[in-house]
Amino acid sequence: MIHQFKLGGYNIVLDVCSGALHVVDDLTYDLIEGIASIKEHQAELNKSNGSTGCGMIDEETLVERIFSDMEKKYEGTEMGDRREIEECYGQIKSLISGGKLFTEDTYEPMAGELKARTSGVVKALCLHIAHTCNLNCSYCFASQGKYHGERAVMSLEVGKRAIDFLIENSGNRHNLEVDFFGGEPLMNFQVVKDIVAYARSVEKEHNKNFRFTLTTNGVLVDDDVIDFANRECSNVVLSLDGRKEVHDRFRVDYAGNGSWEKIVPKFQKFVEARGGKNYYMRGTFTHANPDFLEDIKTMLDLGFTELSMEPVVCSEDDPSRLTEEDLPIVLDQYEKLAELMIKRDQEGRPFTFYHYMIDLKGGPCIYKRISGCGSGTEYMAVTPWGDLYPCHQFVGEEKFLLGNIFDGVKNTAIQDDFMACNVYAREECRNCWARLYCSGGCAANAYHATGSVRGVYKYGCELFKKRIECALMVAIHREFNQ
Amino acid sequence: MEHIKTIETRNLCESAKKGGCGECQTSCQSACKTSCGIANQQCENKNK
Repeated sequence: MIHQFKLGGYNIVLDVCSGALHVVDDLTYDLIEGIASIKEHQAELNKSNGSTGCGMIDEETLVERIFSDMEKKYEGTEMGDRREIEECYGQIKSLISGGKLFTEDTYEPMAGELKARTSGVVKALCLHIAHTCNLNCSYCFASQGKYHGERAVMSLEVGKRAIDFLIENSGNRHNLEVDFFGGEPLMNFQVVKDIVAYARSVEKEHNKNFRFTLTTNGVLVDDDVIDFANRECSNVVLSLDGRKEVHDRFRVDYAGNGSWEKIVPKFQKFVEARGGKNYYMRGTFTHANPDFLEDIKTMLDLGFTELSMEPVVCSEDDPSRLTEEDLPIVLDQYEKLAELMIKRDQEGRPFTFYHYMIDLKGGPCIYKRISGCGSGTEYMAVTPWGDLYPCHQFVGEEKFLLGNIFDGVKNTAIQDDFMACNVYAREECRNCWARLYCSGGCAANAYHATGSVRGVYKYGCELFKKRIECALMVAIHREFNQ
Repeated sequence: MEHIKTIETRNLCESAKKGGCGECQTSCQSACKTSCGIANQQCENKNK
């Protein structure tokens, strides 16, 4: 399978299954499109008549037709010359024979292999340090931090047990990840500090390396938090929606006051003090601001350069939900964001957008790409009282309760469901060019959109595919302009 | 005439040979938390 698209002045051809990426001229782009249609025609006929060849036009005739079309289309130019077309076709054939174009998908037997091989190994926990929040954001997927339940905070005892649970269940895995999440984790900051101290005290004897991430709304950030996070957290995620009026529309305290004025100076101090360590400004965009590029520009103007902006996750009847009418606006914003990145690169003022980070030479191996997201198997969320859920987005959905950190996973039927989530578990994904970049997508999004973790959240797919196209284009541009 | 420029990428077919160590991050960690993908993740396999 291939995917070809034009973006940023480039004709781009992605060979989906090998990962090869080509930038081609117009003639090649059209020829490859023609060859793809021949292959499609042959595959359709094979499917309908059982490979008897009945009704099939031979390949030579079809290629000849494409050559003829090219001669007409490019008549009067160098590319309309028959010899040039044939030479171009030869270059394409070399790529095909070299396994860099129209590569077959032979990975299906491997699907699930990684999960089976690492069955029972947990390498990351999302600790719900506080099911409470000092902001009252109506768009919050976690219902203002309460996750549709009672307010609660995690005790140190539960936190320590979670660390032990992770060590006990992590097999040979050296790097273990722990997210401090909520609600607002800084409402229970002492426990965060004590959990980290405990983990550090036991990691060496178990040959583990803990990596901590703190997600915060910023309200309680002070020098103590900054010092701690910069010392102990490999990453911090700072929630800011961008423009003041956008941020303050949803991110308000319980008296209804916006939080932008209060948190922005704190975040600026926080990021400056990080001295290059990882951080992300993480915004949410909604139906109220599908023009989210303006919010990204605001973040840049405030001096932030590591950015993430996510589509809102909320119920169908929520007025902040993105609509079909928003979709073309959002897709256009993604393209303009890519253009902005290139422009800022040229000005010597680069920035990072989380979804456009793509490591073409060293990205994930094929096992990772076909194995699904890992929720419910290698990654779980822990509630303040120690219950285990497949991920933070399932907390509060009682049927997804897996077990707890004291007794382990008991609901193996649900875990098996998540174990079986991979690229080949969804029919729609099998035929999607982006499947080796999303790995089948988010199980929670799928569940909330379709009622099944093996469903497909189509709206999210549209956004994802556009983001990957943009990411590839920016990567190509950087490659050519290094 | 050169019609095609191929960008250097990790060969996914080849990655099957030494892949699957499992040391990489889980997909939903770090910045997003609500719309996972794996494209932006780093491979942490020391023996690739």
